[in-house]
Amino acid sequence: MSKIKNAFKNGKAFIGYLTGGDPSIEKCEEFVLEMVKAGADLIEIGIPFSDPVAEGPINQNSNIRALSAGTTTDKIFEMVHSIRKKTDVPLVLLTYLNPVFAYGYEKFFSRCKELGIDGIIVPDLPFEEKGEVAKIAKICDVDVISLIAPTSNERIKMIAEDAQGFVYIVSSMGVTGIRDKINTDIKSIVETIRQVADIPCAIGFGINTPEQAAELSKIADGVIVGSAIVKIIEEHGENAAEHIFKYVAGMKKAIHNS
Amino acid sequence: MSKGRFGVHGGQYIPEALMNEIINLEKSYEFYKNDADFQNELNKLLTEYAGRPSLLYYAEKMTKDLGGAKIYLKREDLNHTGSHKINNVLGQALLAKKMGKTRLIAETGAGQHGVATATAAALLGMECEVFMGKEDTDRQALNVFRMELLGAKVNAVESGTMTLKDAVNEAMREWATRMHDTHYVIGSVVGPHPFPMMVRDFQSVISKEAREQILKLEGVLPDAVIACIGGGSNAMGMFAGFIDDKDVRLIGCEAAGRGVATGEHAATLTTGSLGVFHGMKSYFCQNEYGQIAPVYSISAGLDYPGVGPEHAYLHDIKRAEYVAVTDDEAVSAFEYIAKTEGIICAIESAHAIAHVIKMAPKMRNDQIIIASLSGRGDKDVAAIARYRGIKIDE
Repeated sequence: MSKIKNAFKNGKAFIGYLTGGDPSIEKCEEFVLEMVKAGADLIEIGIPFSDPVAEGPINQNSNIRALSAGTTTDKIFEMVHSIRKKTDVPLVLLTYLNPVFAYGYEKFFSRCKELGIDGIIVPDLPFEEKGEVAKIAKICDVDVISLIAPTSNERIKMIAEDAQGFVYIVSSMGVTGIRDKINTDIKSIVETIRQVADIPCAIGFGINTPEQAAELSKIADGVIVGSAIVKIIEEHGENAAEHIFKYVAGMKKAIHNS
Repeated sequence: MSKGRFGVHGGQYIPEALMNEIINLEKSYEFYKNDADFQNELNKLLTEYAGRPSLLYYAEKMTKDLGGAKIYLKREDLNHTGSHKINNVLGQALLAKKMGKTRLIAETGAGQHGVATATAAALLGMECEVFMGKEDTDRQALNVFRMELLGAKVNAVESGTMTLKDAVNEAMREWATRMHDTHYVIGSVVGPHPFPMMVRDFQSVISKEAREQILKLEGVLPDAVIACIGGGSNAMGMFAGFIDDKDVRLIGCEAAGRGVATGEHAATLTTGSLGVFHGMKSYFCQNEYGQIAPVYSISAGLDYPGVGPEHAYLHDIKRAEYVAVTDDEAVSAFEYIAKTEGIICAIESAHAIAHVIKMAPKMRNDQIIIASLSGRGDKDVAAIARYRGIKIDE
């Protein structure tokens, strides 16, 4: 069993994302531990990809910074190895299918198992293509996280019935980024999921402020914040640790009080 | 295995947000493909607006000069907008209109597909936005202005390598943001199903005509058909009607840029490996970690790190052959066909001509080659001058 359910056992979860290797492997490890210290319940680590088609400009630039710093899939696995000596926080990798395919599915998921990686999010692997990795991921106890979008409609039940770990509800159309307003009827998406599956639902894409986090965590079991954290890293580079701590602690508090 | 497969290739590797739209597109296409009214309307546009059928021209001077096989040129350069791109665009634009869309977006490399999409949008009264790598807007400045004249907005893409693949990335992002009124007119036989199939079907008019024309002129099928290949829409259009004719060799000419050994090329089938990108499983130029490689070619239209899934399959089963042609060879062929036949062809098409120049002399004079002249070369004249060190104002 993956440890993902632990993230949701103490009330609403805060899930933080950063791109592995941005600005460097060492700093990234420090930032992950800082998020855990600030109360993050689950960490998503991105394996950078040259062409992240589901990402907005903030995460695109982060992917470029990480790759320019020489980050590779192997270096991220080494970083996780080091992180795992210090925390047992649930860890999920986020990447596109090609880096996983190129590494070799069997080798990739075996490494995940070995290192205690609990799940994987692949934005370009929809329900219809899940068969690519489903079998080997199951053998290795790695949850393949399903995404549900504002346009999923009648697909929601089919996806939710098959979901593992948690369901990632995409709050808005388009790509990742920071948004002032989220207009999707997330409540009805969550209700549809609940009809068919007993699985935590977390909302991501666009979430930035404590107010948004507080409001959305009333509807779901957790919120996912990526671009806002990556932006802190973009602004403060190697000195981002304290800013990340402060930001995550503030978000966690907002969710907790909601 | 999901839908839209060519052997292991193809599929639908796209974000969930786009799935319902793609399924809707697939259903609409399956319906209109067999709808007589739609086909009549499209045929009318192809004949009365685009100027089809395109000529199958016997290149007599080239044939004599090269001293081997009889060379025919399928003149897609004579279509309205100057390339084969219009065949696919008219089909997709008409389909989009039937689906109730009011806006078209497209990626473009050389600008030919962007110009064709802007043209169809103007004709059908639709809004149009074209995504083009910043580097390509610089090297194809005339086509940018052409699209603007046609009423389209051109978006210079400054992410990544600022070329064709980045234009595709950006168009996909835009589509994921706004699909309720927008159709993404993919310009090649790439992307998620149903695009590779649909674009092939719309482009197969090239080989359907060529097959009939050559049978009428020569009474026999050609020994080989040759086309340039980036994503592969021109080559797929040229191959489709001949795939079942087992004795007809199908030859695709990729861009070898400064040479396959230099690493500065876009020769996907020669050097690439299996991967998943832009919605499809196929061959890609990539590194050991699956990062997509920056590719290079003098030809903006062939400067793409992947290839359509059906080509990947034809390569696997050895039905088609794929060769790599360098910038130098393509530029020489560009100059050769201009001087020999009085045709200024696109630098993309010149990659196919370069291979004809190599191949024809080794063949008997009762053998026949049909090469696809995918587009006209006005857009490339300034770049060729620069390549030869001649300063010229566009």
